[in-house]
Amino acid sequence: MASAVPESPRGVRLAAGALCAGFGVLLVRAVLAIPEDHSGLAPVVAERLVDSGVKHPVTAVLLNFRSYDTLLEIAVLVLATIGVLSVAGSHPRVWAPVAEEADPVLSALARLLAPFMVLASGYLLWAGEHAPGGAFQAGAVLGAAGVLLALAGYARPAWVTKFGLRVVISVGFIVFLAIAVGVMFLGGVLLEYPRDYAKALVLIVETWLTVSIGAILVSLFIASASPIEELRARTGSGR
Amino acid sequence: MTYSGYLYDLLLIGTLLWLAVRILAEVKLFKAVVLFIAFGLLMALAWVRLAAPDIALAEAAIGAGITGALLLDAVGHMRGRAAPYPTDEPAGDASAVTEMGDGRG
Amino acid sequence: MSQTDVYTLAGAALFVISLYGLITRPHLIHKILALNIMSGGVFLVFVGIARRVMTPDPDPLPHAMVLTGIVVTVSSTAYALALAKRIYSETGAAVLDAPDVFERPEAGGD
Repeated sequence: MASAVPESPRGVRLAAGALCAGFGVLLVRAVLAIPEDHSGLAPVVAERLVDSGVKHPVTAVLLNFRSYDTLLEIAVLVLATIGVLSVAGSHPRVWAPVAEEADPVLSALARLLAPFMVLASGYLLWAGEHAPGGAFQAGAVLGAAGVLLALAGYARPAWVTKFGLRVVISVGFIVFLAIAVGVMFLGGVLLEYPRDYAKALVLIVETWLTVSIGAILVSLFIASASPIEELRARTGSGR
Repeated sequence: MTYSGYLYDLLLIGTLLWLAVRILAEVKLFKAVVLFIAFGLLMALAWVRLAAPDIALAEAAIGAGITGALLLDAVGHMRGRAAPYPTDEPAGDASAVTEMGDGRG
Repeated sequence: MSQTDVYTLAGAALFVISLYGLITRPHLIHKILALNIMSGGVFLVFVGIARRVMTPDPDPLPHAMVLTGIVVTVSSTAYALALAKRIYSETGAAVLDAPDVFERPEAGGD
């Protein structure tokens, strides 16, 4: 390794090495100590799958049995987006296209691919009911489509206002929370979906989650990809 | 468990571990990030081997795709060198990515 | 040792390797990369444990948790990168500590 790379002092490295080795030994012992002769929670999930409104166990866990985790997860996503927008997103040029002069091949390819990615996202959302897929995968594909368009030089369209974007970013969380609280008026506890409406409620939540996650991922990328020239000029480093 | 399947698992895990070491030891940040994207894609293969297609889908799109794009953008901003301090020498341009992190140069 | 255990132990190894990198690598991008590899190790351990069951299908609960974890990881990575770039633009350095903690690149070398 090149000696010019700044390294931690030797003492820190030795202590870190010892710490990590000791921790690794403990971790391996702990992992191997987990008994293999149990059946986990899979039978429980399989038994109650009919109550969940969906047929895929992972989706059932995410959107029904442990939907509290998912509710907090989308809250974390919204908070992280607010954080990124606050730290990096105040720059006036943030919402300009990432590439100033778009490569014509890339931009044509992006124009061709984006509709198919939206289609794939819709498919994944629908497939999540009975097969691997669901809101997170669908949202990821939707977000990737947006990142691709941004990289190919497509700017935020004029009709997408900053306020509108913030609404889209938070709509998944708002709808999820509204449904979570709303079912309490039907006599349940927080997030306890009535069995007859479970499928519809899960699908509504998933649809809005997909839209929000897609918008969040695009916003994280675009807001983070702010131009550096002004920053360089400010710090006096660079050219 | 077939013999070839076992061999495949060991090869995949070996590559993952080797990539992890290479990413963290790599001087050139751009190279480290490219290796990290490869790491994310191999993780997606590992999820398939572990019968977790849900996670494989999310990892391929998020872990390799969006995280990779974010990291590449950040490295581009920091001019791609693992030397973390402002040096007195004139700052490099894009070619700084291709040179070794030799601070004395 | 079963196939699953190999992956579980690899996850533990990834965690330990990146923990070392997280501590010893000063550059913020390296630290963020280490955190991402670390989360990959945690997820491997989780999914490995999910298959440490007698039933033919893996336990769906760790799978759902890992899915959640992947999405949280990307959002925290984006936030960390935004903070790192802000630190770089404010101070001209991409480390957390004051520069005199470590040797400056041009002063070091042997």
